Formats: sequence, C-alpha cells, structure tokens
Amino acid sequence: MPGSASYAILFLGTFLEALVVVCAIKRKILRKYFVLNLYMVLCPLVSWGRHYTLARDGVGSLNYRYFYFYTDALLTIVLYFSLISLYLSVFEEMKVGRYLRLGALALLAGTSWFTYAVVSQSSHKILTYFAFELSQNLYFVGLILTYVLWAAVLKMRQTPAQLIQLVLSLGIYFSFFAASYALTNLHPNLYSRVSVLIPVVGCLLPLSWAYAFWRVPNEARLSPARLAMAAVTR
Amino acid sequence: MIAAIVLGCSIVFFLQFFVPYCRSLIAASSNHVLSPEVRDVTGLTTPASGEDFQRVVQLLHLCPDRPEDRGEIRAIGVYFGMVNFLKTVSRSTAPSVRAWTERELGRCTYFAAVALDRRVAFSRDLLAQQIEA
Repeated sequence: MPGSASYAILFLGTFLEALVVVCAIKRKILRKYFVLNLYMVLCPLVSWGRHYTLARDGVGSLNYRYFYFYTDALLTIVLYFSLISLYLSVFEEMKVGRYLRLGALALLAGTSWFTYAVVSQSSHKILTYFAFELSQNLYFVGLILTYVLWAAVLKMRQTPAQLIQLVLSLGIYFSFFAASYALTNLHPNLYSRVSVLIPVVGCLLPLSWAYAFWRVPNEARLSPARLAMAAVTR
Repeated sequence: MIAAIVLGCSIVFFLQFFVPYCRSLIAASSNHVLSPEVRDVTGLTTPASGEDFQRVVQLLHLCPDRPEDRGEIRAIGVYFGMVNFLKTVSRSTAPSVRAWTERELGRCTYFAAVALDRRVAFSRDLLAQQIEA
C-alpha cells in the first residue's frame, strides 16, 4: 500500500504538472510547446493510475508491474517527442521540420528494434523486459539528442531564454535517469536507494518548466555561448 | 562495462547541463533592479560579494515559501557550493579561475537577493489582499 510520503510526492507532482499547463495557458504558449504540455497532462494521469493499481493489486502483482513499465515506456516516448518538438522550435527558421520528424521516427524505430533484439536473446519474459529496456535506452538516446541540441543552441548568437531553460532542464532530467539506470545495472543492491530519489527528481522537471514559463518573459533572449562551461575558463 | 560508460557519460552530461542551467537562471535575474528595502536589509555592495550569500539565503528562509522558486534557489545553492569548492582548489594554482569564481559567487548572491525581493513583494501583496478582504 502506498504510504503518506508517496501520496505527498504524488500530490506535489500533480500540482507542479498542473502548474506548468496553467502557466503555459496564461502566457499563451500552450500551442507553441504543445507536446511538452501533453506530457505534463499525461504524467498525473499515469501517476494516479499507478497508485490506483498499486492500492488495488499490491506492489508484487503482475498487473501493477505491467502497468508501471508500459506507462513508463509510454511517458518516455512522449518525452522523446517533447524533445523533438524543442528541436523543431530551435530549427524553425531552417525549414527542416519534415526531415527532423522523419529522423526522429527512424531513431525511435531503430531504438525499439535494438531493444527487441537484445531482449529476445537474453530473456524469456520479453513483454516486461522490452518496456523496461526501451525506457532505459530511450533515456540515453534522449540524453545524447539533448546534448546535440544544446551544442547546436550554443552556436546561435541569441536564443529565447525560455527555450534554453527548457532544453537544459530536460538535459538534467535525462542525465539523472540515464545515470540512475546505469548505476542500478552496475550495483543492483543500490536500487532501493536510487528509487527513493526518482520521484523527487521527477518533480524537478515540472518545477523548472513552470519556472521557465512563469518567470522568464516570452521575448527574453540570452547568448548561449556565455552560459556554457567553456565560458567558465575563458 | 557498457553500464559504466553510460554512467560516466551521464555524469559528465549532467554537469554540462547543470552549470549552464544555473548560469541561465542567474543571467535571467541579473537585469532585475533590487528594491531599496532589500538593499538596506541585505547590505549588499555593488558588485555583490559571495561572502553575503549565506546571510541572504537565511533572510530568504524567513519569508513565506513559494513553490515555484524553491527548486531554483536550491539549484543555485548547489551551484554556489560547487563554485566555492573550485575557488578553494584554485586558490594557489590558477589565479584567473579564482577571479572568475569570486565574480560568479557574487552573481549567486545577487540571484538570492532577487529571490528575496520577489518573496517580499509577494508577501506584501498577500497582506494587502487580506486587509482588503
């Protein structure tokens, strides 16, 4: 049965995710960052669904496991498309949207195929492991793509400050999850400790996006090169 | 082996994102002009000094909490700790890095003062609304 701390994080997460959407509506940027907001709408629905299944079937049940891992894979895919939508915003003026969409679909299909190939060789429980491995691989692909996007943003003279904060917070989120998956693969006994941090870090993404939508004016621009780590030593 | 490489890359990428993120938060607040009250209370000099950071954060904790800036203040606190560590390490080895760390610590203090200014303004609005009601 979920405890009071678990419910507190669930309520906080739901509040922050709703805050992102409300801020986007108030700032009139809901359409501009539609996929990001779609992800923020899906997150609380999935969280409440998980809590419902957990309370009904228990943590060890097959129902809960399937629900958890498949909804996690679904959320990761939506987050992947959120990242692609940030690519579309950054490269809007270059008119390469069609190629970006095709490339993103090809990369997603390639990652799914790779995951299936790995899982089918090493496990008999293909259905559960596929969803888990797909999420794990997509987090790493997402991290690499975010890094590439940040490298591209660094080459630009002026970029909307809001977009910079969205990209960087997504990078922090992806790198934390990629690191946590890798750490638990290396030391499975650390899973219980890492799993405590996951919902807390999960709250940081909506918090930083809400801050970017609420505090940073739509028209504010920053010079990304001045923010980079390389600028530290200059 | 692959997991170790992924872990190493993730930590490097994390720092590559975290540092610019904190700097973007600081840059976004650097244009904010502090109110005379906050300037008086904090006693900030121009440019702000890193030595005042802890004091400004203590004042910040006296104000009513706002969920939307809590994460950012915490992130800047972690960034401040990292830069402060770099300052200690570079004390004798790299004077140019030390000068940069001092500037950066001062900017962290200014960020905290801006957050304080916003919280004071928020509390004042809240109080005004309660009096009107």
